[in-house]
Amino acid sequence: MELTDPLTLARLQFAFTVSFHIVFPAISIGLASYLAVLEGLWLLTGRAVFMDLFNYWKKIFAIAFGMGVVSGIVMSYQFGTNWSVFSDKAGPVIGPLMGYEVLSAFFLEAGFLGVMLFGLKRVGPRLHFMATLMVALGTFMSAFWILSVNSWMQTPAGYGVNDVGQFVPLDWWAVIFNPSFPFRLVHMLLAAYLTTAFIVGGTGALHLLRDATQPASRIMFSMAMWMAALVAPLQIVAGDLHGLNTLEHQPAKIAAMEGHFDTRAGAPLLLFGLPNMQEERTNYAVEIPKLGSLILTRDWNGTVRGLKEWPPAERPNAALLFWSFRVMVGIGVTMALVGLWSLALRARGRLFATPLLFKALVLLSPSGLIAVVAGWITTEAGRQPYTVYGLLTTVDSASSVQAAAVGASLLAFAVVYFLVFGAGVFYMLRLMRAPPHASEGDLPPDEPVRAGGLLPAPILVPGGGRGRTQRNSGP
Amino acid sequence: MSLDLPLVWAGLIAFAVLAYVLLDGFDLGVGILFPFVQGETNRDEMMNSVAPVWDGNETWLVLGGGGLFAVFPLAYAIIMPALYAPIIAMLLGLVLRGVAFEFRWKTRRGKFLWDWAFAAGSTIAAFAQGIALGALVQGIPVSGRAYAGGWWDWLTPFSLITGIAVVVGYALLGSTWLIFKTEGRVRDAAFAFARITAIATLGLIVVVSVWTPFLSDIFMRRWFAWPQILFVAPVPALVALAAFMLISGLIQRNERRPFLAALALFVLCFVGLLISFFPYLVPTSVTIWEAAAPDSSLQFLLTGAAVLIPLILVYTAYSYWVFRGKVNSAGGYH
Repeated sequence: MELTDPLTLARLQFAFTVSFHIVFPAISIGLASYLAVLEGLWLLTGRAVFMDLFNYWKKIFAIAFGMGVVSGIVMSYQFGTNWSVFSDKAGPVIGPLMGYEVLSAFFLEAGFLGVMLFGLKRVGPRLHFMATLMVALGTFMSAFWILSVNSWMQTPAGYGVNDVGQFVPLDWWAVIFNPSFPFRLVHMLLAAYLTTAFIVGGTGALHLLRDATQPASRIMFSMAMWMAALVAPLQIVAGDLHGLNTLEHQPAKIAAMEGHFDTRAGAPLLLFGLPNMQEERTNYAVEIPKLGSLILTRDWNGTVRGLKEWPPAERPNAALLFWSFRVMVGIGVTMALVGLWSLALRARGRLFATPLLFKALVLLSPSGLIAVVAGWITTEAGRQPYTVYGLLTTVDSASSVQAAAVGASLLAFAVVYFLVFGAGVFYMLRLMRAPPHASEGDLPPDEPVRAGGLLPAPILVPGGGRGRTQRNSGP
Repeated sequence: MSLDLPLVWAGLIAFAVLAYVLLDGFDLGVGILFPFVQGETNRDEMMNSVAPVWDGNETWLVLGGGGLFAVFPLAYAIIMPALYAPIIAMLLGLVLRGVAFEFRWKTRRGKFLWDWAFAAGSTIAAFAQGIALGALVQGIPVSGRAYAGGWWDWLTPFSLITGIAVVVGYALLGSTWLIFKTEGRVRDAAFAFARITAIATLGLIVVVSVWTPFLSDIFMRRWFAWPQILFVAPVPALVALAAFMLISGLIQRNERRPFLAALALFVLCFVGLLISFFPYLVPTSVTIWEAAAPDSSLQFLLTGAAVLIPLILVYTAYSYWVFRGKVNSAGGYH
């Protein structure tokens, strides 16, 4: 791993741009569904507070969605610039899936987003609700296709190889619904919902700390706590099933995640340790005997394979995976515990009378994003040394581009991304800092109307406040 | 009857690229002209004239690039590394200008920064596209199934000229669009820009057209060999007609004709390129059929495209219809 090696630089660049990117879809998938629920509740109950919440989160959704789109365009070209051999070989199989992502999801979102953001007064509530549902469906379709592509790279199926060495589709159904896809899709969607729930709950908690009587903040906090109580345990089950699927298809990844170097019966579960790839052992291990076997094989004395079963060149980096996996699981378990705590408080009627829970939520509000990135690091770094698992190595996938080119572009991406997405996150946080209020503005009156599309987000400090005053003081 | 799927897809991708150039061309052009217009309300008006449509315009770029990956993976795998630096520069330029549309309205103190990002991002993206075009036209060395050149090969006198030509051409599209969509001071300034950029664009079209046949024997034969010359001669003749319409429209201060004539010039230049390129996707080494993925891939995606592309066109036409007429600085249409 040298910084002058174009392959390392290309991997760093992909890791950097994809890590930045995934944060925004994770928020927009969750928020799109949340918006649909809010508008549905508004239509059902007629309570204005739901529309206030809808308008509040709509503005934040628009920024997240826009940043997801621009960072996503970069991803679709990076396959070609840095991973051209992979593109040539895997293009016939995964290219059409990504094409469907562009066609269906992108245009569904782009087409209905404008109506959702600007159109309530123009098209009426029923049609508007349909547009909101379509946007939510679009984010789901987007995730569907992209996760299908990613899963195919992890567990390729339904393909043949032609005489120039390209993977070619033989059975599209088998390609799309490859063995790890259903597990990955469910796991990622639940992750997006939980991530959003904690952002929403943390925002509500922030405002409840100042004034625990605000109805809108109480509603979003309560809804988020239901999500934590119900979805976090579900996610643990989904994650466990996903892990078993990985054990079946990518046992080396599981060995790295668990820090197991030796194959043994009755393997422990390691809580802490520092896996050392050179010494082929996990140092300073703190372990619970036999629990590892129980989780992975459903048998106290089951045999769990260790990394030594594979030649050193085929082992994923356990030092990284061990910890990225624990960060993800740790956050997931914390979320479930917070959910249980909220249930206990709710049962005693103290949900809004426990400032400690509010504080915990504020602290945990970005935790879902950290878990999502940690989870992706686990599954992607765990696929190494392959791009298409077991079939095409990462070394053989890269473009032959000089290190200077990759390094320079990596630097340019870093500068522009921190600047642009830093500003975007700042604007999002500024919106969340102001509490939602009655008759939350639909649209700021002095911004241009947009037909819709990828980035049609007018956003302003809600509630008048600083932004409005500043604007009016202008020439 | 079996369809020649690679040819159908080449046509679809060519259409997506042309749609992109025409549509994003004018809104990138508005960005290129941004620094030359002073006054906040004037700039607001310029930006509002493209704000409702620019993002839909840019989607065609994703469709073109994504389509190339899906349908002609070999061409995608050769062209992207060959054009590494211009492609990355284009992407970063598009990111900068794209967020500027939103962020510019979020801040008063920082507004000038996003103005700057909008102008710089638009110009960089246009220049990078022009360079990429020039580098593609002058040919890409290929060995086996990969690009065989260095990472500065794209930089030549020819590609610099095409880079400038695209910036100037987009500025022409942008200024004639502003003539079409605005009133008062912005429109008057746009007339002045259009006069300069029209003459510069026409000059650069001549330079690039004369230069291109000397880059490759294939191009030379395509344009000057008998009897092909009979089939290709209408292209330069129509260019001359479009040029006349453009100039006369500007002299008569017609508000719609210059934009239509500028669009026609771009369509004709694009047709000229297709004539030079066909049947190559990577001139002059990889043809449409060599680059194509197996028919099963092409067929699979075509099913979806056949349903969705017409829907997209209808939706696009509808949003232009909704936002028809002149724009003002407050974002209203009247």
